[in-house]
Amino acid sequence: MKEELFVSGRNIPHIDPYLHLWTWEIPLYLFLGGLAAGILFFAGYFYVMHKERDMKATIKWAPMLVPFILVIGLGALFLDLHHKLYFWRLYTIIRFQSPMSWGAWVLMAITPLSIVWAASYLKEVFPKWKWPFAWLDTFEAFVIKYRKAMAWIMMILSVILGVYTGILLSAFNARPLWNTSILGPLFLVSGFSTGLAAIIWMSKSKYERKVLTRIDLIFIFVELFFIIHMIMGFQAGSEAAHEAAKLFLGGEFTVTFWVFVVLLGLAFPATLEIFELRGYHVPVWIPSFLILLGGLIFRFVILEAGQITRYLY
Amino acid sequence: MRYAMAVDTKKCVGCGDCVVACQTENNVPHGYCRDWIVENVAGTYPKLEIELRSERCNHCENAPCVRCCPTGASHIVDGGIVLVTHDECIGCGACIESCPYDARYPHPEGYVDKCTFCVHRVTDGENPACVDVCPTHCLHFGDLDDPNSDVSKILKNRKWKVLAPEAGTKPQLYFLT
Repeated sequence: MKEELFVSGRNIPHIDPYLHLWTWEIPLYLFLGGLAAGILFFAGYFYVMHKERDMKATIKWAPMLVPFILVIGLGALFLDLHHKLYFWRLYTIIRFQSPMSWGAWVLMAITPLSIVWAASYLKEVFPKWKWPFAWLDTFEAFVIKYRKAMAWIMMILSVILGVYTGILLSAFNARPLWNTSILGPLFLVSGFSTGLAAIIWMSKSKYERKVLTRIDLIFIFVELFFIIHMIMGFQAGSEAAHEAAKLFLGGEFTVTFWVFVVLLGLAFPATLEIFELRGYHVPVWIPSFLILLGGLIFRFVILEAGQITRYLY
Repeated sequence: MRYAMAVDTKKCVGCGDCVVACQTENNVPHGYCRDWIVENVAGTYPKLEIELRSERCNHCENAPCVRCCPTGASHIVDGGIVLVTHDECIGCGACIESCPYDARYPHPEGYVDKCTFCVHRVTDGENPACVDVCPTHCLHFGDLDDPNSDVSKILKNRKWKVLAPEAGTKPQLYFLT
C-alpha cells in the first residue's frame, strides 16, 4: 500500500518541511567539546602516570589550547539559543533527566578547571611569564601542590563531557538516528581520538608521538567497530530505524559519511599512523588533520541526518 | 483530572477553521501555527482512502519535551496540560528536537511556543477555541477522569488510535477512526 501525507496550514520556519532547527553551532560545539575532553583526559592521565618530563605536549602544551577551545564551544552554544538573554536560567536549576542541564553544569566546572591547569604551566612553557599580582603567585603555588587531585577530577569530568556530547543527542527518542545508546560511547572515543590527534600534531618528541599514536590507533579501531555496530543495530531495529540507516546506505549522506568520515577521517589516517609506527616517514600533520576534520564532519552529518529522521505515522 | 481531546477523522473535512481559530485566540505570529491539518492519502488509484486529522500538541503523559528541558520551563500543570513558561525558556530547542509530533516551534521572540489546550479558557470551564469553532463538531474535549464528559463518552463508543504509540509518550490526543 502506498501512503502519502499532505500537511496543510503550516510551513513553520526551522520545522517544515523537515526539522532543521540546529545548524552549525551544535555540531561545532560537539566537536570542540569532544576535542577538549580528549586533551584534558590524556593530560590528567599522563600526569598521574608521572610522565611530566617525557610527555610535554600532552601535559603542558595542548592543555593551553583547551580554555580557548571550550570558550569558542560555549560561544557557539550561546549563539544557538533563540532566547539568549535568559541563558542564565540554565544555572538556576539542576535537572538530572535533561542531559543539556547536567552538560551545562559539567562545562561550568571543567572550563575553570582547564584554565587553572593551563595557567599553572604558563611559567614553564613561557619562562618570561610574570603574574601581575602577588596573590596569583600564591594561588599558583597552591594549584601546583594539588595538581594530582586536579588531574583525577579532570579525567572524570572529561569522560562525562565526552559521553555527554553523544548522550545529548541519544536522549531524543523522537529522532531514531540519534536514539541509540551507542552514540554516547561513540562520541566519547571519537572525541578522545581527535584530542590525541591534536596532541600528536603539537608534540616534538618522537617517544611521545609513538605512545600517543598507539593509543590513537586503538581508539580509531574501537570507533570503527562502534560505527558498524550502530548500523547493525539500526538494521535489526524498527522501520523508523531502517529509514534512519538508509540515509547512510544509499541515501543522501552515503558519500559524506563513508568517504569523508570513515575512509578519509578514520581508515586512511589510521593506515598512515601504522606506516609511521613501522618506521616510514609520514608528515605528522596529515593524519592529525584528517582525524580532526573527519571528527568535525562526523558531527555535522549525524546532526543533520538525525533531524531528518522521525517516527512514521 | 486528565484533559484529553478526541478528533473524529470521519467527520473532519479539513476546512482549517481550527487552525485559524487558534491563531486568532492565541495571537499566534504570522506564518506560525499551533494546530494544523494532515491529509493522509492511502492506497493505489483508483482505490484511494483519505484520512483527515486536525493535529496539535498531544499533551503527553510521558512528555519527552518536559524531560529534556534544561531549565524546567516546559512543565505539566493540573489536568496534564504541557506548558512553557516563556521567561524561563532559553530557546535551546531541545524540546523541539524531542517531540515526535513536531508540535513545538521557536516563537520569533525567542522562546518556544506550542498548543496550550487553551488553558485560559479551559480553567474557566470553556472548551479550547478550536473545539468551539469546528463546523462539523469533529473535535471533542474534556476530562477523561469524568465518565460523563464529552471525550470520555465518545472514546467509550468509538474505535480510536493515537499517533506513534511506540514512541512511549502516552499521547492524549485521540483519533476516532
